[in-house]
Amino acid sequence: MFPFAFEWVNDATHFVFMGSLYSVLTILVIILHYCGIRAFLDLICKKEKNHNHH
Amino acid sequence: MDSASRPFDSALIPKGVKRCQLKWFLLWLGILHAPLMVGVVGALMCWGLALNVTYLNNNFPFGLWIAADLGVIALGAGAFFTGFLRYIVKIDDLKHIVNYAVLIGVVCYASAQGILGIDIGQPLRGWFIFWHANVHSMLTEVAFCITCYFMVLCIEYLPLILENRQIYKLGFFHGMAHHLHEAMPTIAAVGVFLSFFHQGSLGGVPGVLYGRPFAYREGFLVWPWTFFLFILSAIACGPCFTILITWITEKFARKRLVKRNVIDILAKISGRLLAVYLVLKTLDTVYWVAVAGKVGAPFSSFYANPPYGYWVLITELGILGVIPAIILLNTKARQNENLLILACFLNCAGIFMNRWIMTVQALAVPVMSFDKFVSYHPNWVEYATTFLFVWAGAIVISLSYRYLPIFPQEKELNPL
Repeated sequence: MFPFAFEWVNDATHFVFMGSLYSVLTILVIILHYCGIRAFLDLICKKEKNHNHH
Repeated sequence: MDSASRPFDSALIPKGVKRCQLKWFLLWLGILHAPLMVGVVGALMCWGLALNVTYLNNNFPFGLWIAADLGVIALGAGAFFTGFLRYIVKIDDLKHIVNYAVLIGVVCYASAQGILGIDIGQPLRGWFIFWHANVHSMLTEVAFCITCYFMVLCIEYLPLILENRQIYKLGFFHGMAHHLHEAMPTIAAVGVFLSFFHQGSLGGVPGVLYGRPFAYREGFLVWPWTFFLFILSAIACGPCFTILITWITEKFARKRLVKRNVIDILAKISGRLLAVYLVLKTLDTVYWVAVAGKVGAPFSSFYANPPYGYWVLITELGILGVIPAIILLNTKARQNENLLILACFLNCAGIFMNRWIMTVQALAVPVMSFDKFVSYHPNWVEYATTFLFVWAGAIVISLSYRYLPIFPQEKELNPL
């Protein structure tokens, strides 16, 4: 349920429940993307390093 | 090992460890698939012919499935609690078993979700709980937390898959596994937050049933005492389940996979937590008996309907509680492997019994003076679909043991 859905009510329980759900999902998505981007950058840097070496 | 005696799939098997021939492994998987297929038939019957193929009815909308669901979630607590001890409390020795605890957690939570997928009858409407969320329900919190925590477990399991001998050769996956390991304390902290709330809320569900004196409890703010008792019982039995499954795996593999001192740390912590739980559970029981008696629900009325006699309370707290706690707290007893495994088994059986009591027995005890006691026994469809996840879990564990570096001490304990 998003805040723009017709069922949404601006009360504490909606903010706590849905806010916690979306916070956790956001953290997990950020962690996965962070690890993926770091791994990709490592790969690129390593390739460049090997290329310069030759 | 010469190339002739090497398994056909040896390129996928971790380096420096020995595995059986592929044909024997495939035979083992085939054996597991036979009972699994019976469960699949049961699940298809539930989805195709509706839940009237089970013995669930209006008196017992919660039956074997829900009790098993709560049981496996409690047993799966070994994953979050071992992760908490390893990454947040920083007990370094637990790094040798945390991989396996995560794998067991994945299996337990996948089983819980699978059982719920059958139990709700119409799995195509499973997403309703997220979109049309009832934000005043503890079950909504449970659904949110279980789903998110299963994602956390999958992310914790991902680096193990990426460390497969062939996948690890690919640069991107190698780096991804490395960075996921670095992020593990954050992931473990998210897991602890989610587990704390869903383990507790599963206890909160019976605890807030004020129309049922057998289950209802007072509490702290919005949380009944059962909320805290469920968390404590889960973290007391989760590590024991990890020990039990590790022992079973060692028996099948016919070799030691984890050093004794690592097992001992988990057993000692589990014993202390179980002892604290038993003290609090006893206090809760005594207080509940006193309060319930005053509101017209005498203690004897809770245990007046066979098969739910006083033996239930004695078995749950005594045989499946006090005995394993004594064994796990005693260093000498803990070091005797047979006694340790007996304690772990009793502890895990105790958690299942507790969950059965708090769901099925709570519904069985008559509330009104004109209510009649109705008994409930699961039928074969419920048993087959519940055990379906045991067989599926055994397949996932077998595949993971064969192809992934689950046990970091295996090479050292079993040199080739």
